[in-house]
Amino acid sequence: MENTLIHIDIKKTLLSSEGVMTLEVNKDIQAGSFTALFGSSGAGKTTLLRIIAGLTKPDSGIIQFGDEIWYDSKSNINISTQQRRIGLMFQDYALFPNMTVEQNIQFAQVEKDYSYTKTLLDILELTEFAKYKPQHLSGGQKQRVALARSIARKPRLLLLDEPLSALDSAMRIMLQDEISKVHLMFESTTLMVSHDLTEVFRLADNVICIERGKITKEGNPQKVFIDTGVSGNFQITGQIASIEEQDLVNIITVITGNNNIVKIIAFENDINQLSSGDRILILTNTFNPIIKKI
Amino acid sequence: MNAEFIQTLFLTFKLAISTTIILIIIGLPIAWVLAYSKFKLKPVVEALLSMPLVLPPTVFGYYILMAYSPHYWFGKWLNHIFNVRLAFTFDGILIASVIFGLPFMIQPIQSGLRSLPESLREASYTLGKSEFTAFYKVLLPNIKPSLITAVALTFAHSIGEFGIVLMVGGDMQGITRVASVAIYDEVQSMNFSTANQYALILFAISFILLTIIYSINKKQDSWKIL
Repeated sequence: MENTLIHIDIKKTLLSSEGVMTLEVNKDIQAGSFTALFGSSGAGKTTLLRIIAGLTKPDSGIIQFGDEIWYDSKSNINISTQQRRIGLMFQDYALFPNMTVEQNIQFAQVEKDYSYTKTLLDILELTEFAKYKPQHLSGGQKQRVALARSIARKPRLLLLDEPLSALDSAMRIMLQDEISKVHLMFESTTLMVSHDLTEVFRLADNVICIERGKITKEGNPQKVFIDTGVSGNFQITGQIASIEEQDLVNIITVITGNNNIVKIIAFENDINQLSSGDRILILTNTFNPIIKKI
Repeated sequence: MNAEFIQTLFLTFKLAISTTIILIIIGLPIAWVLAYSKFKLKPVVEALLSMPLVLPPTVFGYYILMAYSPHYWFGKWLNHIFNVRLAFTFDGILIASVIFGLPFMIQPIQSGLRSLPESLREASYTLGKSEFTAFYKVLLPNIKPSLITAVALTFAHSIGEFGIVLMVGGDMQGITRVASVAIYDEVQSMNFSTANQYALILFAISFILLTIIYSINKKQDSWKIL
């Protein structure tokens, strides 16, 4: 494809909790896209991210970034992580405890670029913490420092490994916006590992579902997750918080992707197939709301 | 205190300080390699480097003395090429002391490095930094307590080394006689007050060093790695 930035075609045998599994991925990723790698834990998502970053070596295959070959088992090419010029945000943030917030960010720069550091601190609302050591920051602040640091080198590809998994849901929503802002502002190509559907919906324009090392589904998140075959005037996806059965009507409380709470009325036969925690799609056709389990 | 006493103490400190400095220089890269690389013979190398912990210094000293001897190939080679003889010289006990001090320098640093999350090292790589930069800018500053422990233990150990110095260097005033050997010598000559002076100094130094290590390691909780 014309706009292809990364071509990945790799194989790696992994030892997972369920035994030996082969990670086998053949995929092109478009320049400027925000792609989510979605799947349950142990599916191979993080390994795939690490392979792209050059931290883990695949058994065989090829990884091409634009015109550059990053990895080619046939020609014995394996470009180092340093030379791939990527940004990677680790799940545990991996902030350097011996450096302040500012120093963590500047460490990534070949020559200290004070104005760019300041811009990053401003954008991610970290200016007042510039002189703090990471151990004195909250989870959300650490996450923002890690994000700032991963883009401080102006990477050609931004990799995020479950960036928000350690945070509570209110903080998640806020930081999802930050990630989205950074992605748009820096026009980066972003690849994010996630097992959170809300996160995928809010951030990604493309999703690759991986199960047991293989791609099972891919495409636009709406298409992949909500292949309903129906059309509605508006659609909301969310998770059922509670179902209250009352005399005449049943009320379902749904937490939507934006963390809004929506209460809707549901009929007996809808209720039968639903339970708390289910992900659902709410859509209306004129006066007739339809609720569908996804 | 007479001149001999001062000279012996000076030699003792010269040996301990030189040993420690040399071990910092060669111990850091060895600890780094052992902490992060995998190779087939690694257990053998680790076992060899840890031998001084379990082997009697006399056994070790005996082998080193044999190696230095001009009757065998290593000593012969040294003598032939460099015109150097190591047995019963300060350089000879220094080399022996360095070899014998290896585990005291390497092990604390190696375990300090291993206790750091792998992601710190990998994060530096993703930020474009070389392995060397990652090592001295990120990893070393975050294992300060281990570094202090390593340096203090090496120093304290080499200041008190007895068997190996006696085997390799003998007891030559101003050349190879260090405090621990001098104590033995003074006791043999029933010279208890001089022996006591040496002993007290060695005791005080070791005690102070260990107290420093423990008080630093107690603070280690506040060094918590993220």
